[in-house]
Amino acid sequence: MKLDQVCFRTSHLTPSWTMESYRSVGGYQVLESVLKNKMRPEEIIEQVKNSALRGRGGAGFPTGLKWSFMPRRLPGDKYIVCNSDEGEPGTCKDRDILRYNPHQLIEGMIISGYAIGAQTGYNYIRGEFYEPIERFEAALEEAREAGYLGRDILGSGFHFELHTHIGAGAYICGEETALLESLEGKKGQPRYKPPFPAGYGLYGKPTTINNTESLASIPVILQYGADWFHELGTPNNGGSKIFCMTGHVNKPGNYEVPLGTPFAELLELAGGMRNGNKIKAVIPGGSSTPVVPGARMMELEMSYDGIGKGGSMLGAGSVIVMDETTCMVKALQRIAYFYYEESCGQCTPCREGTGWLYRVIKRIEEGQGRQDDMDKLVHMAENINGNTICALGDAAAAPVISFIKHFRDEFQYHIDHGRCMDNTA
Amino acid sequence: MTQMLLTGPKEELFSDALREQMDTWIAKYPEGQAQSAVIPCLHILQDANGGWLSRGIMDALADYLDIPAISVYEVATFYTMFELEPVGKHKISVCTNISCMLCGSEKIMNHLQQKLNIKPGETTQDGQFTLKEVECLGACVGAPMMLLDRDYHEYLTPEKIDNILDGLAS
Repeated sequence: MKLDQVCFRTSHLTPSWTMESYRSVGGYQVLESVLKNKMRPEEIIEQVKNSALRGRGGAGFPTGLKWSFMPRRLPGDKYIVCNSDEGEPGTCKDRDILRYNPHQLIEGMIISGYAIGAQTGYNYIRGEFYEPIERFEAALEEAREAGYLGRDILGSGFHFELHTHIGAGAYICGEETALLESLEGKKGQPRYKPPFPAGYGLYGKPTTINNTESLASIPVILQYGADWFHELGTPNNGGSKIFCMTGHVNKPGNYEVPLGTPFAELLELAGGMRNGNKIKAVIPGGSSTPVVPGARMMELEMSYDGIGKGGSMLGAGSVIVMDETTCMVKALQRIAYFYYEESCGQCTPCREGTGWLYRVIKRIEEGQGRQDDMDKLVHMAENINGNTICALGDAAAAPVISFIKHFRDEFQYHIDHGRCMDNTA
Repeated sequence: MTQMLLTGPKEELFSDALREQMDTWIAKYPEGQAQSAVIPCLHILQDANGGWLSRGIMDALADYLDIPAISVYEVATFYTMFELEPVGKHKISVCTNISCMLCGSEKIMNHLQQKLNIKPGETTQDGQFTLKEVECLGACVGAPMMLLDRDYHEYLTPEKIDNILDGLAS
Protein backbone atom coordinates (compact mmCIF):
# COMPACT_ATOMS: atom_id res chain seq x y z
CA MET A 1 0.00 0.00 0.00
CA LYS A 2 1.25 3.43 -0.84
CA LEU A 3 0.96 5.15 2.48
CA ASP A 4 -0.70 8.28 1.18
CA GLN A 5 -3.53 6.40 -0.49
CA VAL A 6 -6.53 5.99 1.74
CA CYS A 7 -9.67 5.41 -0.33
CA PHE A 8 -7.76 4.10 -3.34
CA ARG A 9 -5.50 1.77 -1.37
CA THR A 10 -6.40 -1.25 -3.50
CA SER A 11 -5.73 0.56 -6.75
CA HIS A 12 -2.50 -1.37 -7.46
CA LEU A 13 -4.42 -4.68 -7.46
CA THR A 14 -6.31 -6.29 -10.34
CA PRO A 15 -9.19 -6.47 -9.91
CA SER A 16 -9.15 -3.98 -7.08
CA TRP A 17 -12.78 -4.38 -5.97
CA THR A 18 -13.03 -7.94 -4.68
CA MET A 19 -13.11 -9.09 -1.09
CA GLU A 20 -9.88 -10.99 -1.72
CA SER A 21 -8.05 -7.86 -2.88
CA TYR A 22 -9.43 -5.80 -0.05
CA ARG A 23 -8.43 -8.40 2.52
CA SER A 24 -4.89 -8.45 1.12
CA VAL A 25 -4.35 -4.83 2.21
CA GLY A 26 -5.73 -5.51 5.67
CA GLY A 27 -9.39 -5.04 4.86
CA TYR A 28 -11.98 -6.05 7.47
CA GLN A 29 -9.25 -6.54 10.09
CA VAL A 30 -10.32 -3.39 11.86
CA LEU A 31 -13.95 -4.48 11.95
CA GLU A 32 -12.94 -7.90 13.29
CA SER A 33 -10.80 -6.38 15.98
CA VAL A 34 -13.43 -3.80 16.96
CA LEU A 35 -16.01 -6.56 17.41
CA LYS A 36 -13.69 -9.10 19.03
CA ASN A 37 -12.31 -6.65 21.56
CA LYS A 38 -15.70 -5.00 22.06
CA MET A 39 -14.06 -1.64 21.49
CA ARG A 40 -15.96 1.16 23.19
CA PRO A 41 -17.95 3.17 20.62
CA GLU A 42 -16.90 6.39 22.37
CA GLU A 43 -13.29 5.46 21.73
CA ILE A 44 -13.93 5.04 18.00
CA ILE A 45 -15.64 8.43 17.85
CA GLU A 46 -12.73 9.94 19.76
CA GLN A 47 -10.25 8.53 17.27
CA VAL A 48 -12.23 9.84 14.31
CA LYS A 49 -12.31 13.26 16.01
CA ASN A 50 -8.56 13.16 16.60
CA SER A 51 -7.89 12.18 12.99
CA ALA A 52 -9.24 15.58 11.87
CA LEU A 53 -11.28 13.86 9.16
CA ARG A 54 -13.58 16.48 7.68
CA GLY A 55 -16.66 15.65 5.63
CA ARG A 56 -15.60 14.91 2.07
CA GLY A 57 -18.97 15.72 0.51
CA GLY A 58 -18.28 19.43 0.38
CA ALA A 59 -19.11 21.05 3.70
CA GLY A 60 -15.94 19.90 5.47
CA PHE A 61 -17.70 19.38 8.79
CA PRO A 62 -15.67 17.26 11.25
CA THR A 63 -16.94 13.69 10.92
CA GLY A 64 -16.18 12.64 14.51
CA LEU A 65 -18.07 15.62 15.87
CA LYS A 66 -21.07 14.77 13.67
CA TRP A 67 -21.04 11.22 15.03
CA SER A 68 -20.95 12.51 18.61
CA PHE A 69 -24.32 14.25 18.08
CA MET A 70 -26.05 10.86 17.78
CA PRO A 71 -28.04 9.87 20.88
CA ARG A 72 -26.52 6.40 20.72
CA ARG A 73 -28.06 5.16 23.98
CA LEU A 74 -31.57 6.16 22.99
CA PRO A 75 -33.60 2.99 22.43
CA GLY A 76 -35.22 2.41 19.03
CA ASP A 77 -34.09 2.53 15.43
CA LYS A 78 -31.16 4.65 14.34
CA TYR A 79 -29.62 4.93 10.91
CA ILE A 80 -26.35 5.53 9.13
CA VAL A 81 -26.82 6.79 5.59
CA CYS A 82 -24.09 7.11 3.01
CA ASN A 83 -24.44 9.90 0.50
CA SER A 84 -23.29 8.53 -2.86
CA ASP A 85 -25.58 10.88 -4.76
CA GLU A 86 -22.58 12.46 -6.42
CA GLY A 87 -23.71 15.27 -8.70
CA GLU A 88 -21.83 18.50 -8.00
CA PRO A 89 -20.43 19.50 -11.40
CA GLY A 90 -16.76 18.55 -11.46
CA THR A 91 -17.09 15.73 -8.92
CA CYS A 92 -16.60 12.07 -9.81
CA LYS A 93 -14.63 10.50 -6.96
CA ASP A 94 -17.35 8.54 -5.13
CA ARG A 95 -18.09 6.76 -8.40
CA ASP A 96 -14.53 5.41 -8.37
CA ILE A 97 -14.65 4.41 -4.70
CA LEU A 98 -17.82 2.44 -5.46
CA ARG A 99 -16.32 0.90 -8.58
CA TYR A 100 -12.81 0.20 -7.38
CA ASN A 101 -12.90 -0.18 -3.59
CA PRO A 102 -16.48 -0.85 -2.46
CA HIS A 103 -15.50 -3.10 0.44
CA GLN A 104 -13.73 -0.29 2.24
CA LEU A 105 -16.96 1.72 2.19
CA ILE A 106 -18.88 -1.29 3.48
CA GLU A 107 -16.40 -1.82 6.33
CA GLY A 108 -16.53 1.90 7.11
CA MET A 109 -20.32 1.86 7.25
CA ILE A 110 -20.47 -1.17 9.55
CA ILE A 111 -17.96 0.43 11.91
CA SER A 112 -19.84 3.73 11.85
CA GLY A 113 -23.07 1.88 12.64
CA TYR A 114 -21.34 0.26 15.61
CA ALA A 115 -19.99 3.63 16.78
CA ILE A 116 -23.22 5.61 16.56
CA GLY A 117 -25.58 2.82 17.60
CA ALA A 118 -27.24 2.23 14.23
CA GLN A 119 -28.31 -1.23 13.13
CA THR A 120 -29.34 -0.30 9.63
CA GLY A 121 -27.48 1.52 6.92
CA TYR A 122 -28.48 2.73 3.48
CA ASN A 123 -26.14 3.73 0.72
CA TYR A 124 -27.97 6.23 -1.47
CA ILE A 125 -26.38 5.95 -4.93
CA ARG A 126 -27.46 8.13 -7.82
CA GLY A 127 -29.60 6.26 -10.33
CA GLU A 128 -27.36 6.84 -13.34
CA PHE A 129 -24.47 4.98 -11.67
CA TYR A 130 -25.48 1.58 -13.09
CA GLU A 131 -21.98 0.13 -13.01
CA PRO A 132 -21.07 1.42 -9.51
CA ILE A 133 -24.42 0.14 -8.19
CA GLU A 134 -23.68 -3.33 -9.56
CA ARG A 135 -20.19 -3.32 -8.03
CA PHE A 136 -21.49 -2.18 -4.68
CA GLU A 137 -24.25 -4.79 -4.69
CA ALA A 138 -21.79 -7.54 -5.57
CA ALA A 139 -19.53 -6.43 -2.72
CA LEU A 140 -22.49 -6.41 -0.32
CA GLU A 141 -23.20 -9.98 -1.33
CA GLU A 142 -19.60 -10.99 -0.62
CA ALA A 143 -19.68 -9.22 2.75
CA ARG A 144 -22.92 -10.95 3.67
CA GLU A 145 -21.49 -14.36 2.76
CA ALA A 146 -18.42 -13.64 4.86
CA GLY A 147 -20.64 -12.94 7.85
CA TYR A 148 -19.89 -9.21 8.12
CA LEU A 149 -23.53 -8.26 7.75
CA GLY A 150 -26.70 -9.53 9.39
CA ARG A 151 -27.46 -10.65 12.91
CA ASP A 152 -24.84 -11.29 15.57
CA ILE A 153 -21.89 -10.41 13.36
CA LEU A 154 -18.91 -12.73 14.05
CA GLY A 155 -20.59 -13.80 17.30
CA SER A 156 -20.30 -10.30 18.75
CA GLY A 157 -23.98 -9.72 19.45
CA PHE A 158 -23.89 -6.70 17.10
CA HIS A 159 -26.50 -6.67 14.33
CA PHE A 160 -26.14 -4.57 11.20
CA GLU A 161 -27.93 -4.59 7.85
CA LEU A 162 -26.79 -2.54 4.90
CA HIS A 163 -28.82 -1.80 1.77
CA THR A 164 -28.37 0.02 -1.49
CA HIS A 165 -30.92 2.69 -2.31
CA ILE A 166 -31.06 4.35 -5.71
CA GLY A 167 -31.93 7.85 -6.86
CA ALA A 168 -33.33 8.98 -10.19
CA GLY A 169 -31.64 12.21 -11.21
CA ALA A 170 -31.89 15.20 -8.88
CA TYR A 171 -28.83 17.17 -7.74
CA ILE A 172 -30.71 18.45 -4.71
CA CYS A 173 -30.79 14.96 -3.19
CA GLY A 174 -27.12 15.40 -2.34
CA GLU A 175 -28.33 17.83 0.34
CA GLU A 176 -28.64 15.58 3.35
CA THR A 177 -32.22 16.26 4.37
CA ALA A 178 -33.42 16.19 0.74
CA LEU A 179 -31.66 12.84 0.52
CA LEU A 180 -33.67 11.61 3.52
CA GLU A 181 -36.92 12.79 1.93
CA SER A 182 -35.95 10.97 -1.25
CA LEU A 183 -35.07 7.84 0.71
CA GLU A 184 -38.56 7.99 2.20
CA GLY A 185 -39.93 7.93 -1.34
CA LYS A 186 -40.74 11.61 -1.72
CA LYS A 187 -39.66 14.58 -3.81
CA GLY A 188 -36.18 15.63 -2.76
CA GLN A 189 -37.02 18.87 -1.02
CA PRO A 190 -34.76 19.85 1.88
CA ARG A 191 -36.15 20.03 5.41
CA TYR A 192 -35.93 22.91 7.84
CA LYS A 193 -33.09 22.54 10.33
CA PRO A 194 -33.37 22.27 13.28
CA PRO A 195 -34.29 19.59 13.99
CA PHE A 196 -31.07 18.11 12.66
CA PRO A 197 -30.95 14.54 11.35
CA ALA A 198 -29.11 13.33 14.48
CA GLY A 199 -32.34 14.05 16.37
CA TYR A 200 -34.95 13.64 13.66
CA GLY A 201 -33.71 11.92 10.53
CA LEU A 202 -34.85 9.02 8.38
CA TYR A 203 -38.45 8.06 9.31
CA GLY A 204 -38.08 10.56 12.16
CA LYS A 205 -35.33 8.50 13.81
CA PRO A 206 -31.80 9.61 14.73
CA THR A 207 -29.68 9.47 11.59
CA THR A 208 -26.16 10.32 10.52
CA ILE A 209 -25.43 11.06 6.88
CA ASN A 210 -21.83 10.94 5.67
CA ASN A 211 -20.21 11.15 2.27
CA THR A 212 -18.83 8.03 0.58
CA GLU A 213 -15.22 9.19 0.80
CA SER A 214 -15.58 10.07 4.51
CA LEU A 215 -16.97 6.65 5.39
CA ALA A 216 -14.43 4.83 3.25
CA SER A 217 -11.66 6.60 5.18
CA ILE A 218 -12.75 5.15 8.53
CA PRO A 219 -11.15 1.67 8.33
CA VAL A 220 -7.77 3.17 7.42
CA ILE A 221 -7.94 5.72 10.23
CA LEU A 222 -8.56 2.97 12.75
CA GLN A 223 -5.98 0.64 11.21
CA TYR A 224 -3.09 3.11 11.16
CA GLY A 225 -4.22 5.42 13.93
CA ALA A 226 -5.74 8.86 14.21
CA ASP A 227 -2.33 10.52 14.52
CA TRP A 228 -1.02 8.87 11.38
CA PHE A 229 -4.04 10.07 9.45
CA HIS A 230 -3.89 13.57 10.88
CA GLU A 231 -0.18 13.87 10.12
CA LEU A 232 -0.75 12.72 6.57
CA GLY A 233 -2.49 16.05 6.05
CA THR A 234 -2.01 19.34 7.84
CA PRO A 235 -3.28 20.50 11.26
CA ASN A 236 -7.09 20.47 11.32
CA ASN A 237 -7.10 18.98 7.79
CA GLY A 238 -6.42 15.29 8.32
CA GLY A 239 -5.67 12.67 5.71
CA SER A 240 -5.50 12.35 1.99
CA LYS A 241 -8.20 13.64 -0.32
CA ILE A 242 -9.25 12.60 -3.78
CA PHE A 243 -9.05 15.52 -6.20
CA CYS A 244 -11.00 15.29 -9.43
CA MET A 245 -8.83 17.17 -11.90
CA THR A 246 -11.02 18.22 -14.83
CA GLY A 247 -11.12 20.78 -17.59
CA HIS A 248 -8.08 22.06 -19.47
CA VAL A 249 -5.41 19.72 -18.12
CA ASN A 250 -3.45 17.11 -20.06
CA LYS A 251 -4.30 14.17 -17.83
CA PRO A 252 -7.71 14.65 -16.25
CA GLY A 253 -8.23 12.15 -13.48
CA ASN A 254 -8.85 11.38 -9.83
CA TYR A 255 -5.69 11.94 -7.79
CA GLU A 256 -5.56 11.02 -4.13
CA VAL A 257 -2.91 13.10 -2.40
CA PRO A 258 -2.32 14.36 1.15
CA LEU A 259 -4.26 17.45 2.14
CA GLY A 260 -1.89 20.38 2.05
CA THR A 261 -0.33 19.38 -1.29
CA PRO A 262 0.41 22.57 -3.25
CA PHE A 263 -1.98 23.13 -6.13
CA ALA A 264 1.02 23.50 -8.46
CA GLU A 265 2.08 19.90 -7.66
CA LEU A 266 -1.42 18.60 -8.22
CA LEU A 267 -1.56 20.35 -11.57
CA GLU A 268 1.73 18.72 -12.50
CA LEU A 269 0.32 15.30 -11.54
CA ALA A 270 -2.52 16.01 -13.94
CA GLY A 271 -0.02 16.58 -16.72
CA GLY A 272 -0.04 20.36 -16.60
CA MET A 273 -2.05 22.70 -18.77
CA ARG A 274 -3.49 21.50 -22.08
CA ASN A 275 -1.47 22.65 -25.12
CA GLY A 276 0.91 24.44 -22.77
CA ASN A 277 -1.69 27.20 -22.43
CA LYS A 278 -1.71 29.70 -19.60
CA ILE A 279 -3.90 29.01 -16.60
CA LYS A 280 -6.71 31.53 -16.29
CA ALA A 281 -8.94 30.38 -13.47
CA VAL A 282 -9.71 27.44 -11.22
CA ILE A 283 -12.89 26.43 -9.47
CA PRO A 284 -11.30 24.47 -6.63
CA GLY A 285 -14.16 22.51 -5.09
CA GLY A 286 -17.01 21.99 -7.55
CA SER A 287 -19.24 24.49 -9.32
CA SER A 288 -20.69 25.82 -6.04
CA THR A 289 -17.37 27.15 -4.82
CA PRO A 290 -16.06 30.62 -5.73
CA VAL A 291 -13.71 30.80 -8.71
CA VAL A 292 -10.04 31.69 -8.03
CA PRO A 293 -7.79 33.45 -10.58
CA GLY A 294 -5.11 31.08 -11.89
CA ALA A 295 -2.11 33.03 -10.61
CA ARG A 296 -3.53 33.14 -7.08
CA MET A 297 -4.39 29.46 -7.27
CA MET A 298 -0.76 28.59 -8.03
CA GLU A 299 0.17 29.94 -4.57
CA LEU A 300 -2.40 27.92 -2.63
CA GLU A 301 -2.30 24.52 -1.04
CA MET A 302 -5.06 21.98 -1.35
CA SER A 303 -6.63 21.83 2.10
CA TYR A 304 -9.82 23.20 3.65
CA ASP A 305 -7.89 26.01 5.30
CA GLY A 306 -5.49 26.50 2.39
CA ILE A 307 -8.22 27.12 -0.19
CA GLY A 308 -10.04 29.26 2.37
CA LYS A 309 -7.07 31.63 2.22
CA GLY A 310 -7.77 32.11 -1.48
CA GLY A 311 -11.34 33.15 -0.75
CA SER A 312 -12.89 29.90 -1.88
CA MET A 313 -13.67 26.44 -0.52
CA LEU A 314 -12.20 22.99 -0.98
CA GLY A 315 -15.72 21.61 -1.38
CA ALA A 316 -15.66 18.05 -2.65
CA GLY A 317 -12.16 18.42 -4.12
CA SER A 318 -13.54 18.95 -7.60
CA VAL A 319 -10.90 21.03 -9.33
CA ILE A 320 -12.12 22.60 -12.56
CA VAL A 321 -9.21 24.10 -14.46
CA MET A 322 -9.73 26.75 -17.14
CA ASP A 323 -7.09 28.03 -19.53
CA GLU A 324 -6.69 31.40 -21.23
CA THR A 325 -9.05 30.50 -24.05
CA THR A 326 -12.05 30.19 -21.72
CA CYS A 327 -14.83 32.74 -21.96
CA MET A 328 -15.78 33.39 -18.35
CA VAL A 329 -19.22 34.69 -19.31
CA LYS A 330 -20.04 31.48 -21.09
CA ALA A 331 -18.64 29.37 -18.25
CA LEU A 332 -20.77 31.24 -15.74
CA GLN A 333 -23.83 30.97 -17.97
CA ARG A 334 -23.53 27.17 -17.96
CA ILE A 335 -23.08 27.04 -14.21
CA ALA A 336 -26.03 29.40 -13.64
CA TYR A 337 -28.23 27.25 -15.87
CA PHE A 338 -27.39 24.25 -13.73
CA TYR A 339 -28.72 25.83 -10.53
CA TYR A 340 -31.80 27.09 -12.34
CA GLU A 341 -32.46 23.58 -13.63
CA GLU A 342 -31.80 21.90 -10.27
CA SER A 343 -33.53 24.28 -7.85
CA CYS A 344 -36.20 22.17 -6.14
CA GLY A 345 -38.66 25.06 -6.21
CA GLN A 346 -39.39 25.16 -2.52
CA CYS A 347 -38.00 28.61 -1.59
CA THR A 348 -38.95 31.68 -3.62
CA PRO A 349 -35.52 33.40 -3.65
CA CYS A 350 -33.88 30.32 -5.16
CA ARG A 351 -36.72 29.19 -7.42
CA GLU A 352 -37.16 32.63 -8.98
CA GLY A 353 -33.66 34.01 -8.43
CA THR A 354 -31.78 31.21 -10.19
CA GLY A 355 -33.89 31.81 -13.30
CA TRP A 356 -33.21 35.54 -13.21
CA LEU A 357 -29.48 35.00 -12.76
CA TYR A 358 -29.39 32.63 -15.72
CA ARG A 359 -31.41 34.88 -18.02
CA VAL A 360 -29.34 37.99 -17.31
CA ILE A 361 -26.02 36.16 -17.80
CA LYS A 362 -27.40 34.62 -20.98
CA ARG A 363 -28.26 38.01 -22.41
CA ILE A 364 -24.77 39.30 -21.66
CA GLU A 365 -23.28 36.24 -23.36
CA GLU A 366 -25.56 36.75 -26.35
CA GLY A 367 -24.52 40.37 -26.76
CA GLN A 368 -27.66 41.91 -25.29
CA GLY A 369 -26.14 42.93 -21.95
CA ARG A 370 -27.07 46.22 -20.33
CA GLN A 371 -24.73 48.53 -18.45
CA ASP A 372 -26.28 47.87 -15.04
CA ASP A 373 -26.48 44.08 -15.51
CA MET A 374 -23.45 43.24 -13.40
CA ASP A 375 -24.70 45.26 -10.45
CA LYS A 376 -28.09 43.66 -10.92
CA LEU A 377 -26.56 40.18 -10.88
CA VAL A 378 -24.59 40.83 -7.70
CA HIS A 379 -27.65 42.37 -6.06
CA MET A 380 -29.80 39.37 -6.96
CA ALA A 381 -27.15 36.88 -5.85
CA GLU A 382 -26.84 38.65 -2.51
CA ASN A 383 -30.58 38.48 -2.06
CA ILE A 384 -30.62 34.72 -2.61
CA ASN A 385 -27.63 34.12 -0.35
CA GLY A 386 -28.67 33.03 3.13
CA ASN A 387 -32.38 33.37 2.41
CA THR A 388 -33.20 29.77 1.57
CA ILE A 389 -33.78 26.55 3.50
CA CYS A 390 -30.74 24.79 2.06
CA ALA A 391 -27.39 25.76 0.58
CA LEU A 392 -28.40 25.42 -3.08
CA GLY A 393 -29.30 29.09 -3.08
CA ASP A 394 -25.88 30.03 -1.71
CA ALA A 395 -24.30 27.67 -4.22
CA ALA A 396 -26.03 29.48 -7.07
CA ALA A 397 -24.94 32.87 -5.75
CA ALA A 398 -21.25 32.14 -5.06
CA PRO A 399 -20.15 31.60 -8.67
CA VAL A 400 -21.96 34.74 -9.86
CA ILE A 401 -20.41 36.97 -7.20
CA SER A 402 -16.90 35.52 -7.62
CA PHE A 403 -16.87 35.47 -11.43
CA ILE A 404 -17.90 39.13 -11.56
CA LYS A 405 -15.46 40.05 -8.80
CA HIS A 406 -12.44 38.53 -10.54
CA PHE A 407 -13.37 38.91 -14.20
CA ARG A 408 -15.34 42.14 -14.23
CA ASP A 409 -13.42 43.45 -17.27
CA GLU A 410 -14.41 40.49 -19.34
CA PHE A 411 -18.09 40.86 -18.48
CA GLN A 412 -17.84 44.60 -19.22
CA TYR A 413 -16.24 43.84 -22.59
CA HIS A 414 -19.14 41.55 -23.45
CA ILE A 415 -21.64 44.24 -22.50
CA ASP A 416 -19.78 46.96 -24.43
CA HIS A 417 -18.89 44.98 -27.56
CA GLY A 418 -21.49 42.24 -27.63
CA ARG A 419 -18.86 39.54 -28.03
CA CYS A 420 -15.99 37.70 -26.37
CA MET A 421 -12.58 39.21 -25.80
CA ASP A 422 -10.28 38.33 -28.71
CA ASN A 423 -8.56 35.23 -27.41
CA THR A 424 -11.55 33.54 -25.81
CA ALA A 425 -14.50 31.59 -27.11
CA MET B 1 -41.83 -5.01 -23.47
CA THR B 2 -43.21 -6.96 -20.55
CA GLN B 3 -46.94 -7.62 -20.39
CA MET B 4 -48.31 -5.89 -17.29
CA LEU B 5 -51.61 -6.20 -15.46
CA LEU B 6 -52.52 -2.72 -14.26
CA THR B 7 -55.88 -3.27 -12.58
CA GLY B 8 -57.21 -5.95 -10.31
CA PRO B 9 -56.24 -7.47 -6.98
CA LYS B 10 -52.95 -6.22 -5.51
CA GLU B 11 -51.34 -9.65 -5.47
CA GLU B 12 -51.85 -10.01 -9.22
CA LEU B 13 -50.70 -6.56 -10.43
CA PHE B 14 -47.93 -6.18 -13.03
CA SER B 15 -46.48 -9.70 -13.41
CA ASP B 16 -44.99 -12.35 -11.15
CA ALA B 17 -41.47 -11.43 -12.20
CA LEU B 18 -41.97 -7.68 -11.72
CA ARG B 19 -43.62 -8.11 -8.33
CA GLU B 20 -40.73 -10.28 -7.24
CA GLN B 21 -38.22 -7.62 -8.25
CA MET B 22 -40.20 -4.87 -6.52
CA ASP B 23 -40.69 -6.93 -3.37
CA THR B 24 -36.91 -7.31 -3.04
CA TRP B 25 -36.73 -3.53 -2.75
CA ILE B 26 -39.74 -3.16 -0.46
CA ALA B 27 -38.15 -5.66 1.93
CA LYS B 28 -35.18 -3.32 2.46
CA TYR B 29 -37.28 -0.77 4.32
CA PRO B 30 -38.98 -1.03 7.71
CA GLU B 31 -42.53 -2.29 8.12
CA GLY B 32 -44.98 0.34 6.89
CA GLN B 33 -42.38 2.25 4.85
CA ALA B 34 -43.08 0.75 1.43
CA GLN B 35 -43.19 4.27 -0.02
CA SER B 36 -39.38 4.26 0.23
CA ALA B 37 -39.43 1.81 -2.67
CA VAL B 38 -41.18 4.23 -5.05
CA ILE B 39 -38.03 5.25 -6.93
CA PRO B 40 -36.60 1.75 -7.36
CA CYS B 41 -40.05 0.43 -8.39
CA LEU B 42 -40.50 3.20 -10.94
CA HIS B 43 -37.12 2.29 -12.42
CA ILE B 44 -38.14 -1.37 -12.68
CA LEU B 45 -41.49 -0.56 -14.27
CA GLN B 46 -40.02 2.01 -16.65
CA ASP B 47 -37.44 -0.52 -17.86
CA ALA B 48 -40.16 -3.12 -18.35
CA ASN B 49 -42.31 -0.66 -20.28
CA GLY B 50 -39.83 0.31 -22.97
CA GLY B 51 -38.38 3.27 -21.11
CA TRP B 52 -41.38 5.31 -20.00
CA LEU B 53 -44.13 5.46 -17.40
CA SER B 54 -47.80 5.65 -18.25
CA ARG B 55 -50.47 7.04 -15.96
CA GLY B 56 -51.85 3.52 -15.61
CA ILE B 57 -48.49 2.18 -14.40
CA MET B 58 -48.18 4.94 -11.83
CA ASP B 59 -51.71 4.36 -10.55
CA ALA B 60 -51.09 0.63 -10.28
CA LEU B 61 -47.86 1.23 -8.38
CA ALA B 62 -49.73 3.48 -5.95
CA ASP B 63 -52.20 0.64 -5.35
CA TYR B 64 -49.39 -1.85 -4.96
CA LEU B 65 -47.56 0.27 -2.38
CA ASP B 66 -50.78 1.39 -0.66
CA ILE B 67 -50.01 5.06 -1.12
CA PRO B 68 -52.00 7.86 -2.82
CA ALA B 69 -51.49 8.15 -6.57
CA ILE B 70 -50.31 11.75 -6.14
CA SER B 71 -47.30 10.49 -4.15
CA VAL B 72 -46.20 8.49 -7.16
CA TYR B 73 -46.85 11.34 -9.64
CA GLU B 74 -44.85 13.74 -7.47
CA VAL B 75 -41.82 11.49 -7.62
CA ALA B 76 -42.19 10.59 -11.28
CA THR B 77 -42.31 14.27 -12.25
CA PHE B 78 -39.55 15.46 -9.89
CA TYR B 79 -36.71 13.17 -10.96
CA THR B 80 -35.19 13.56 -14.42
CA MET B 81 -34.61 9.88 -15.12
CA PHE B 82 -38.33 9.18 -15.35
CA GLU B 83 -40.00 9.62 -18.72
CA LEU B 84 -43.70 10.39 -18.93
CA GLU B 85 -43.90 10.08 -22.72
CA PRO B 86 -42.73 7.24 -24.97
CA VAL B 87 -39.02 7.33 -25.81
CA GLY B 88 -36.78 5.66 -28.37
CA LYS B 89 -35.36 2.18 -28.02
CA HIS B 90 -32.07 3.77 -26.93
CA LYS B 91 -31.76 6.82 -24.74
CA ILE B 92 -28.71 9.04 -25.09
CA SER B 93 -28.04 11.54 -22.31
CA VAL B 94 -25.21 13.97 -23.01
CA CYS B 95 -23.68 15.97 -20.19
CA THR B 96 -22.99 19.59 -21.18
CA ASN B 97 -22.10 20.86 -17.73
CA ILE B 98 -18.96 22.86 -17.01
CA SER B 99 -16.22 20.18 -17.06
CA CYS B 100 -17.70 18.54 -20.16
CA MET B 101 -18.25 21.94 -21.79
CA LEU B 102 -14.58 22.84 -21.29
CA CYS B 103 -13.68 19.59 -23.04
CA GLY B 104 -15.93 20.07 -26.05
CA SER B 105 -19.39 18.71 -25.20
CA GLU B 106 -20.90 21.27 -27.55
CA LYS B 107 -19.20 19.59 -30.49
CA ILE B 108 -20.44 16.22 -29.27
CA MET B 109 -23.99 17.48 -28.93
CA ASN B 110 -23.89 19.05 -32.40
CA HIS B 111 -22.56 15.87 -33.93
CA LEU B 112 -25.31 13.78 -32.34
CA GLN B 113 -28.00 16.22 -33.46
CA GLN B 114 -26.72 16.10 -37.03
CA LYS B 115 -26.24 12.37 -37.08
CA LEU B 116 -29.66 11.60 -35.65
CA ASN B 117 -31.33 14.61 -37.23
CA ILE B 118 -33.14 15.53 -34.02
CA LYS B 119 -32.86 18.14 -31.29
CA PRO B 120 -32.40 17.45 -27.58
CA GLY B 121 -35.66 16.13 -26.15
CA GLU B 122 -36.69 14.52 -29.43
CA THR B 123 -36.88 10.95 -30.70
CA THR B 124 -35.83 9.76 -34.15
CA GLN B 125 -38.66 8.91 -36.54
CA ASP B 126 -37.72 5.24 -36.60
CA GLY B 127 -38.06 5.16 -32.81
CA GLN B 128 -34.45 4.08 -32.31
CA PHE B 129 -32.99 7.03 -30.38
CA THR B 130 -34.04 9.69 -27.91
CA LEU B 131 -31.50 12.45 -27.34
CA LYS B 132 -31.30 14.37 -24.07
CA GLU B 133 -29.09 17.13 -22.72
CA VAL B 134 -28.49 16.46 -19.04
CA GLU B 135 -26.72 17.88 -16.02
CA CYS B 136 -23.52 16.49 -14.49
CA LEU B 137 -23.46 12.68 -14.48
CA GLY B 138 -20.40 12.42 -12.25
CA ALA B 139 -17.80 11.29 -14.77
CA CYS B 140 -16.08 14.65 -15.25
CA VAL B 141 -12.55 13.24 -15.54
CA GLY B 142 -13.73 11.39 -18.66
CA ALA B 143 -15.22 14.49 -20.29
CA PRO B 144 -16.91 14.81 -22.68
CA MET B 145 -19.23 11.93 -21.85
CA MET B 146 -22.66 10.48 -22.41
CA LEU B 147 -24.91 7.86 -20.90
CA LEU B 148 -26.26 5.45 -23.52
CA ASP B 149 -28.97 3.30 -21.94
CA ARG B 150 -27.07 1.88 -18.94
CA ASP B 151 -23.49 2.54 -20.06
CA TYR B 152 -21.20 5.53 -19.61
CA HIS B 153 -19.08 6.43 -22.63
CA GLU B 154 -16.20 8.80 -21.89
CA TYR B 155 -13.53 10.80 -23.72
CA LEU B 156 -15.97 11.14 -26.62
CA THR B 157 -15.07 12.24 -30.12
CA PRO B 158 -17.38 12.36 -33.14
CA GLU B 159 -15.62 9.26 -34.54
CA LYS B 160 -16.08 7.38 -31.30
CA ILE B 161 -19.78 8.24 -31.28
CA ASP B 162 -20.13 6.96 -34.84
CA ASN B 163 -18.53 3.67 -33.85
CA ILE B 164 -20.73 3.27 -30.80
CA LEU B 165 -24.01 4.08 -32.53
CA ASP B 166 -23.24 2.20 -35.75
CA GLY B 167 -22.30 -0.79 -33.62
CA LEU B 168 -25.73 -0.68 -31.99
CA ALA B 169 -27.58 -0.61 -35.29
CA SER B 170 -25.88 -3.65 -36.77
